[in-house]
Amino acid sequence: MATAASNLRAQTGKLTGTIAVAMSGGVDSSTVAAMLRAEGADVIGLTLQLWDQNRLAGMPGTPAAPKAGRCCSLDDVYDARRVAETLDIPYYVVNQQERFEHDVVRPFVDEYLAGRTPIPCSLCNNHLKFDQLLRTARQIGADRIATGHYAVNEYDPARGRWILKRPADLAKDQTWFLFGLTQDQLAHTLFPLGHLNKPAVREIARESGLALADKPDSQEICFIPGGDYKQFIQNYLEEQGETVPESAGQLVTTAGQPLGRHEGIHNFTIGQRKGLGVTSHNPLYVLNIDSASRNVTVGPESELNRPSFTCHRANWIGIPALTGRLRVQARIRHSQSPAPAWIEPVTAPDGSQGVLVTFDEPQRAVTPGHSAVFYQEAEVVGGAWIV
Amino acid sequence: MRRVYMDANATTPLLPEVMEAMRPYWMEHFGNASSIHQQGQRARTAVDHAREILAEFFGCHAAEVVFNSGGTEGDNTALFGLLHPGDHLITTSIEHSAVLAAADRLAHDGIATTKVDPLSNGLIDPMDILRAIRPETRLISVMLANNETGVVQPVEEIGKIAAQTGVFFHIDAVQGAGKVPIDVKRIGCHILTISGHKMHAPKGVGAMYVRKGTPVDPMMVGGSHERRRRAGTEAVPSIVALGKAAELAMHSLETGAMHRLAALRDRLEAGILEAIPGTGVNGELHGQIAPRAANTSNIWFDNLEGEALVIALDLKGLAVSGGSACHSGATEPSHVLMAMGLDKTRARASLRFSLLKTATDADIDYALEVVPAAVGRLRELAPELAGTAG
Repeated sequence: MATAASNLRAQTGKLTGTIAVAMSGGVDSSTVAAMLRAEGADVIGLTLQLWDQNRLAGMPGTPAAPKAGRCCSLDDVYDARRVAETLDIPYYVVNQQERFEHDVVRPFVDEYLAGRTPIPCSLCNNHLKFDQLLRTARQIGADRIATGHYAVNEYDPARGRWILKRPADLAKDQTWFLFGLTQDQLAHTLFPLGHLNKPAVREIARESGLALADKPDSQEICFIPGGDYKQFIQNYLEEQGETVPESAGQLVTTAGQPLGRHEGIHNFTIGQRKGLGVTSHNPLYVLNIDSASRNVTVGPESELNRPSFTCHRANWIGIPALTGRLRVQARIRHSQSPAPAWIEPVTAPDGSQGVLVTFDEPQRAVTPGHSAVFYQEAEVVGGAWIV
Repeated sequence: MRRVYMDANATTPLLPEVMEAMRPYWMEHFGNASSIHQQGQRARTAVDHAREILAEFFGCHAAEVVFNSGGTEGDNTALFGLLHPGDHLITTSIEHSAVLAAADRLAHDGIATTKVDPLSNGLIDPMDILRAIRPETRLISVMLANNETGVVQPVEEIGKIAAQTGVFFHIDAVQGAGKVPIDVKRIGCHILTISGHKMHAPKGVGAMYVRKGTPVDPMMVGGSHERRRRAGTEAVPSIVALGKAAELAMHSLETGAMHRLAALRDRLEAGILEAIPGTGVNGELHGQIAPRAANTSNIWFDNLEGEALVIALDLKGLAVSGGSACHSGATEPSHVLMAMGLDKTRARASLRFSLLKTATDADIDYALEVVPAAVGRLRELAPELAGTAG
């Protein structure tokens, strides 16, 4: 605890003002609250109520009653509340269900229907956790927010910018989901776990007397109990009085040769091997999803690799803007290690300002709808959405 | 930090006299009111005394008073105990969920419900009740005073309609009790429900007036307590406390406490409206405010999120409420305000101030200091939200 505390001081300087901790009911954010409280900070606990787990309960593929370990399940809110009670801090649940649906759930569904593969966690971070939460925190009199993300933010006086860095525990690195943070958000956010690894966090939780110190990590998309996103899309649209738009089409080879029919482009993601509905001597992978022709192109694994791609709607953290060619390591999925690449400004297909990413070695499964995050060693330069 | 409580419609503290009255019945006079021995007789005497006070409070016979666990039980009992498959219920869209959820459950048993909407000032038009009557209508259930707006409903007129059409009439008087004089004979109701903790008695105790001969099936069966209308050992200390609270409430009403409280409430309301642009009172129609319980004011604030304002005020020491708490503790927009025709944004941006009858001028001064400051900060930090926040 002593080490953790001194790390915290090193990261944050003096803990002045009021800090609102985003509490999910998990070990990480609960430990953040405990650490800040132990440091004598003036702490308020906030839980964002984002999704009613009862909404689609009982529909096909969905449990009749919500399970624990999902966002906003009653058990998680209870856990967060118990932590706040243990720490004796004020605690509130803030209803952001409409905004979550509008900014995260609906775009998630629409992206799949358009043949792309979305990342709801990044949308949630951009729109809810660091935008709405910081605003709510300021409105109720807090100066900064703190979260349980594994990331490091610090001010670089030489550049006059707040920078974002990968955490000490690279296995828990969440910077790929955080590339959208603005300078204002970075300046008013604490990531107290950035210098810790998960076992140390659990140890602090135990030392702080938190009953949930051994609670398992949550893994799946929080609003999709069971993890079946296709079923979720169908259930959600049905609840909205809509139907899944007709998007059946052809499975084709790279040479354009038809292999069979598919039932809708939202059932596919780049690099997918299972559930294609065709048999072949060699394993086939989804290489491309064309929403206009509804053709899903499949082929051998070797053809999944791409030397370059374009992305847009960039956010820059370490630099004010991308003005020329820049040497980076690019990361196109959470589970991938950053790969050496050049980035440079380019006009995206839709005419917007884009970024051309060229790898030294072609990379597997560049997935539209995902984000590309650019690093220089541990530091996040910025990121953008893959077109 | 100074803490000022303006959420009396959520719950109230015991008054010292109430605490003192119930104190001997925990350890000294602990008997079961059904027992034959002296301890039992002592408890029975206390319950009978409380029953007589409640009879005076309602304006009925002591035999028509039933003690129970509180408002939800009373509301549930009225609906579940009187309605049978094929019956029709008339209630309003601004009732407490203890009535509305009971009606939802009854729908599964083939009991249809008509929910009458209020006018935009929160008042139920008795003519709308009359228009909803059908041959199979068996019960009308309307609240005395609304918990969100304080608006007092024209229950005597509705009582006349019930009498003329031969329909049973239940009143949820949980919010009205102690704030509005009650006379069940004048109202002409068959059942009336009150809750202890809204009127300075403990949580977990309540009472019903059940007019003699009204065929209400009990929800709790077991022993022959409460003339077989509510089984379960009487909660003697809580019943004693409810008796004392009812006695104090009658005294308050007779000595003009509500006029004093209304003056405080009006000063608070006028002060907020004057200090903060983009505000108004919920419960107005053509510039006229409907008759309200003296302690309640429901105010809308343009361009802010009510939930954040409630939290900001709490952290400044002022306890108020907005909307209703959903299962997680987050706030949902008030179904009452929505039924009055407010859009979701304005319903979300509305706060309820409900004063304790012990409220002071200094409490009002404090609220008038912290509310404009908090509203200013919220609006400054959310200009682009301008009522679009979800």
